[in-house]
Amino acid sequence: MAETSKLTLRVWRGDPSGGKLVDYQVPREPGMVVLDALHYIQANAAPDLAVRWNCKAAKCGSCSAEVNGRPRLTCKTRLNEFEGQDSITVQPMKAFPIIKDLVTNVSWNYEVAKKIPPLQTAETGSEPWIMHQVDIERVQEFRKCIECFLCQDVCHVLREHHKKNEFAGPRFMVKIASLEMHPKDTGDRLKFIKEEAGIGYCNITKCCTEVCPEDIKITDNSIIPLKERIADRYYDPARWLFRKITGK
Amino acid sequence: MEKYYSHEYDVIVIGAGGAGLRAAIEASAMGAKTALICKSLLGKAHTVMAEGGVAAAFGNVDPQDNWKIHYVDTFKAGKFLNNWRMVELYTKEATERVLELERWGALFDRTPEGKILQRPFGGHSYRRLCHVGDRTGLELIRTLQEHGIHQGFDVFMEMTITRLLKDGKRISGAFGYAREDGRFNLFRAKSVVLATGGLGKLYKITSNSWECTGDGFALAYEAGAELQDMEFVQFHPTGMVWPPGVRGLLVTEAVRGEGGLLKNSLGERFMKNYDPEKMELASRDIVSKAIYQETQAGRGTPHGGVWLDITHVDGAKIKKKLPSMWEQFHKLADLDITKEPMEIGPTTHYMMGGVRVDPETQSTNIAGLYAAGEVGCGLHGATRLGGNSLSDLLVFGKRAGESAGKFALSQKAAPRVNEKEIEDEAKMMLAPFEREGGENPFVIQSALQELMQSKVGIWRSAAPMKEAIDELSKLKEKTAKMGVSGTRLYNPGWHLTRDLPHMLDIAETIARSAYERQESRGAHTRDDFAKPIDETWGKVNQVIRQENGKVVLRKEPVPEMPAELKALFQKEVKKNG
Repeated sequence: MAETSKLTLRVWRGDPSGGKLVDYQVPREPGMVVLDALHYIQANAAPDLAVRWNCKAAKCGSCSAEVNGRPRLTCKTRLNEFEGQDSITVQPMKAFPIIKDLVTNVSWNYEVAKKIPPLQTAETGSEPWIMHQVDIERVQEFRKCIECFLCQDVCHVLREHHKKNEFAGPRFMVKIASLEMHPKDTGDRLKFIKEEAGIGYCNITKCCTEVCPEDIKITDNSIIPLKERIADRYYDPARWLFRKITGK
Repeated sequence: MEKYYSHEYDVIVIGAGGAGLRAAIEASAMGAKTALICKSLLGKAHTVMAEGGVAAAFGNVDPQDNWKIHYVDTFKAGKFLNNWRMVELYTKEATERVLELERWGALFDRTPEGKILQRPFGGHSYRRLCHVGDRTGLELIRTLQEHGIHQGFDVFMEMTITRLLKDGKRISGAFGYAREDGRFNLFRAKSVVLATGGLGKLYKITSNSWECTGDGFALAYEAGAELQDMEFVQFHPTGMVWPPGVRGLLVTEAVRGEGGLLKNSLGERFMKNYDPEKMELASRDIVSKAIYQETQAGRGTPHGGVWLDITHVDGAKIKKKLPSMWEQFHKLADLDITKEPMEIGPTTHYMMGGVRVDPETQSTNIAGLYAAGEVGCGLHGATRLGGNSLSDLLVFGKRAGESAGKFALSQKAAPRVNEKEIEDEAKMMLAPFEREGGENPFVIQSALQELMQSKVGIWRSAAPMKEAIDELSKLKEKTAKMGVSGTRLYNPGWHLTRDLPHMLDIAETIARSAYERQESRGAHTRDDFAKPIDETWGKVNQVIRQENGKVVLRKEPVPEMPAELKALFQKEVKKNG
């Protein structure tokens, strides 16, 4: 029952000095994903084709690219989604600098991660913690993140407006939310969220949520609640008046 | 030779999965200047794929559980080839290592009382696996990563180490290259921790990611370290078999832990014929062999596997406890596991053997070289229990980091680096560029994978293994003629030309050790020697190393367990009797 039809993969090839789309013929096999097609090209036509990947099971978040213009994990994008098309286009993530072909330099994300104040807890003893499932469930959603950075790629603040110095991006709003809502965390990151992570730049278009391969409700469950906390702290009229009077 | 980047550290840790991260955290905490070197991006190592859980005998769900029973279970699975001291340290320290993760931010699923929830797993007497749905490995690696980045060690991502360097009998660092520019990098170091994981990519059907090419085994072996128990390769019973692109992809044992049933094409729960007591939760070697035998007897599924059926369990519960399995089958195989059975078969999963280490310090026979996690050896014996790997990473990652830190800080002078070693390595690395049009490394790789799968796989016998050893040497000759095209910038073909000689060396150690062990024990199954032979083979580990370019294999008596630990097994007999 092997399907013998062929598909043209138009793959962006190049380096920081420039590049172009190159066509490769790939046989379609049952169940094939875009990453399988890229591996076929490596083994048969272009052994130097740069592709970043690890698990091929949608668990590590390495193989992010743009398939027909949409940010996707190539290991999870089935070729039969493009039934009836003769060709599909695979390009690197646009929001990050090119290293080569489909591989981009995502090191900025790791720099942002380092700046986020880590978990702070009051209890330091080695006794086991009691935490209830209902209290950790929302944080467990955030901790599903596989750091594929597709949300960062699609976010127009980063992608179109290049605000990497001002805005930490959806991935790190999720991370900050996971710390802020951790039942044992005693840290206060609101100033950081407002001033350094630049949460005000997000105008909740929800593009990030749409591309998340882990189905994390990035905007609704992490960004909006953080925005509410900021509003309560900094923009609540009663608090504003209180601060004005007491100087606190 | 061309210029290379040069770095200097007290400790370098090669590999950034669970063991490497934990080792780097510990070495750094001791005040050693530490670097963590990873072949991929940080947080992507194979640990991320661990699904079912981390074994630690808290007794949160079954209060009868404790480290002693965990000790006995681990030994029974390992068919008594385990190192008793490693198992003791491991079972005693696992709980503290898990609690430490929790203090660093990990959020495990909870019991109704708010304790860490534990699930049943094959070969464990009690519910013992702490877990987060079926993404426990992600929780573990992310927790260590998020804690680790604030501990002051440096991280080198997408940096591949291709050779360990020595100053006489002592380690002096490592040499490798960075993918993003193709340039060489030298790391001078007083201690080196290998935490490079496994070697599933030596086989055609595997649950392992591209990185699992056995680098650490090879780096150590080529530097003169001893490897042990290399015949024991674990074939996990449940990998996906269809469609072709996902063949081998892991289906977590947690599916069976949550009630999944194994059935053959006749709809029989065939495990009743192989292990009627434990059924689906028998240890992995038993289940894998049972599946193999069912398919050989013509009772397999259309694509050569058996059925794994969890449709009788409430759909909402499945989606809650096994979300990534539901997603994996839904997205990659067009199958709803709440409504249809999964088609599964054995897949190369884990290496029990590895670098021979001291049980307390994880030190090797080379001064300053340590090994932890899958690349190490001694804890699991002839088969590993599910869930024992994640806690292995934590317990022995910490111990290796501590020992490496201590050793480095005790050394006054930095070891010398031998320029000749560096030049040889650089020359070897670059040679394939001068042979454009030479042998295609991808073709050699798939020949190797076919060979190991068919001749040194789940079912072994003398003649095919002998052939495999011969064919491996032919493939080695071919690697001397490999060619690559393109530049040194992020070039997978070039990368593979350096992986392959490592892979072939290690494949040979597996084939030779397996050929030599004339019995069946744990994961090592011989057609021509179908029974375990306790009086002889049951008392020895095999140790393999290179000496003047020759492979030397020897038998080493399994260290004798002290009386008080032996007594644990007698109590077990009484309890069951």
